[in-house]
Amino acid sequence: MADYQQMWTDLGMDLEKHDVLCEVLPEAFGGVYLTQQNRPKGMDFYDFVVSEIHGVRPAEMIQHQKEGGKVFGTFCVYVPDEVVFAAGGIAAGLCGGSQFWVSGGEKVLPANTCPLIKASVGARLDKTCPFFLIPDMYVGETTCDGKKKAWEILAGEVPFHIIDIPQMKRDRDIAAFEAEIKDFIAVVEKVTGNKITAESLGEAIKLINNKRRALQRVYNARKASPVPISGKDALLVTQINFYDDPARAAEMANNLADELEQRINSGSGVFPDNALRIMISGTPMAIPNWKLHHIVESLGAAVVVEESCTGTRYFENLVDESATTLDGQIRALAERYMKTNCACFTPNTARIDDIVRLADEYKVDGIIDTNLQFCNIYSTESYQVKQALTERNQPIMHIETDYSEQDFEQLRTRVEAFLEMLRK
Amino acid sequence: MVVIGVDIGSVATKGILISDGVQHKTIFPTGWSPRDASDAVIAQLLHQSGIEGQRVTRIFGTGYGRVAFDQADKTVTEIKCHARGIAELLPEVRTIIDIGGQDSKVIRIGERGQVVDFSMNDKCAAGTGRFLQVMATALGLDVSELGAAEDPAQRLPISSMCTVFAESEIIGLMAKGNPKGGIVAGLHQSVGKRVAAMAKRLGIKEPIAFTGGVAINQGVKRALEEELGAPVMVSEACQYTGALGAALLALENV
Repeated sequence: MADYQQMWTDLGMDLEKHDVLCEVLPEAFGGVYLTQQNRPKGMDFYDFVVSEIHGVRPAEMIQHQKEGGKVFGTFCVYVPDEVVFAAGGIAAGLCGGSQFWVSGGEKVLPANTCPLIKASVGARLDKTCPFFLIPDMYVGETTCDGKKKAWEILAGEVPFHIIDIPQMKRDRDIAAFEAEIKDFIAVVEKVTGNKITAESLGEAIKLINNKRRALQRVYNARKASPVPISGKDALLVTQINFYDDPARAAEMANNLADELEQRINSGSGVFPDNALRIMISGTPMAIPNWKLHHIVESLGAAVVVEESCTGTRYFENLVDESATTLDGQIRALAERYMKTNCACFTPNTARIDDIVRLADEYKVDGIIDTNLQFCNIYSTESYQVKQALTERNQPIMHIETDYSEQDFEQLRTRVEAFLEMLRK
Repeated sequence: MVVIGVDIGSVATKGILISDGVQHKTIFPTGWSPRDASDAVIAQLLHQSGIEGQRVTRIFGTGYGRVAFDQADKTVTEIKCHARGIAELLPEVRTIIDIGGQDSKVIRIGERGQVVDFSMNDKCAAGTGRFLQVMATALGLDVSELGAAEDPAQRLPISSMCTVFAESEIIGLMAKGNPKGGIVAGLHQSVGKRVAAMAKRLGIKEPIAFTGGVAINQGVKRALEEELGAPVMVSEACQYTGALGAALLALENV
């Protein structure tokens, strides 16, 4: 890894603590990722990004700031990145996925808060992640109660803007979200000093759509049997796309998709063609949370699709590119984002429709519906999900877990028993 | 053909050897080394049956310690093994409630003994053998004495599900001079309630069997029946269900 000590010092990071994290991550990544056989060559780029995880991209962001640009940290797939890029800014997803940051979050948050929120707050307060220290502004949203209250704590640290996400999807809710996007545009224009025009927003819409199209290609390749890429690798691609430069993200994902399509043509894959095909649905898995994928794939089954924010929810729907006025583009953005189905909405039967459809498209043998511990909304919704899938004779199991290793063996037994059940 | 099934639980390691249809069984405490315990079980089974080690065709392992069991030709989860074992012991059963040393499970099985659905407690010890063990120690009893010690007529409600808080709760109840039998009955009810709720969530189909080491405890069986509102069958070999399943799967080589 290149030397980023000076950059980290300038950011005011806690270097001693950060060293501990830098020591454990390569080992974890090596054990989970580099032990896999026959990985696509296209994964080299993502392996490189992980090897320089707190260096290479943060350095680009800091360079952008030196040139007068602004960086916005985000936490949710409902935040329209298009607006930030249209104003010449950089948007980067910040969600924390490591147990390492959880204790830092627990200093200020109740113990029964989900690990994603704890880790995100801990990463900022403990000053052990450059991504959390670089942004000129955080953009929060009102998807769940845990996040809403966490923003109030983080707002003492960094300038904050909050986008109000509706809880229902009636016409007036979509209109309300449209108004939120307009407010967000005004905030971003003020922070960046750049005016957003129909031309720049149109460009940004195309930029982000292209990233989504590239990810769709990667995911489409996973519909093949034998599957040409492991679930762990596909998850890593999505995780890195949350903060990488969108044009490069699209290019790299397209390169990978080219290779995967060649693999499909030659019938080569990373699991035998009779391997069980598993869908994981539920809450997001922020980098470096690879726990459940690792358990499933170490037991010989392939994760072929994720119905989650770090999966199909991130890229399935495109923004209509035909609008030529700002108002039309904002409407198109609102419509696109309100097509995403998260458990923070009620009713949310469209998410169940998504799971049913994806199970069919990806020819899955079983579904593992999962939520991070203390995620009330996904945990509650798991009941409805199970009912609906059981009615369709689609095997499904529910797993609630966090970032820690303590339930690893327990989970392995449960997943193994589920796979045994599917193999009968 | 000679086969062996070994179920390495957190508290006890159980083994069954099947030789031409004749079963031999043994049980050892798992202690701190699952590997030593499984070696001891295999040695004892061979000794008991007078069969030489070379004649053993296959050994299947199950239970939480299966990962460390290097003598096994194959390992299978305890969920599949309990289903297979019960299909032999009580073939009419459609739901199994298994309470072991560190976890509890509800398994729904189909007509051929196959697993249809299952659920397992989360990582906490509430509703497991460990919960009862901690409480027995606090009461100055051995866990094997709990079943006979309960007095349902004087039952006291134990409201804490958490093992640590429940321990403080019963220490408080004892300090107030409450009868031990009533406290024990309350503990059994607490386990019954917790596990019955898990079973109801999964959906119960009768008849129901109760397996695992805790099934020997008549008080928990009584509490489960009360909470489920349905009779619960306990096989004499309840503790060996997983080992038997492993042995039968070894025999069938599946």
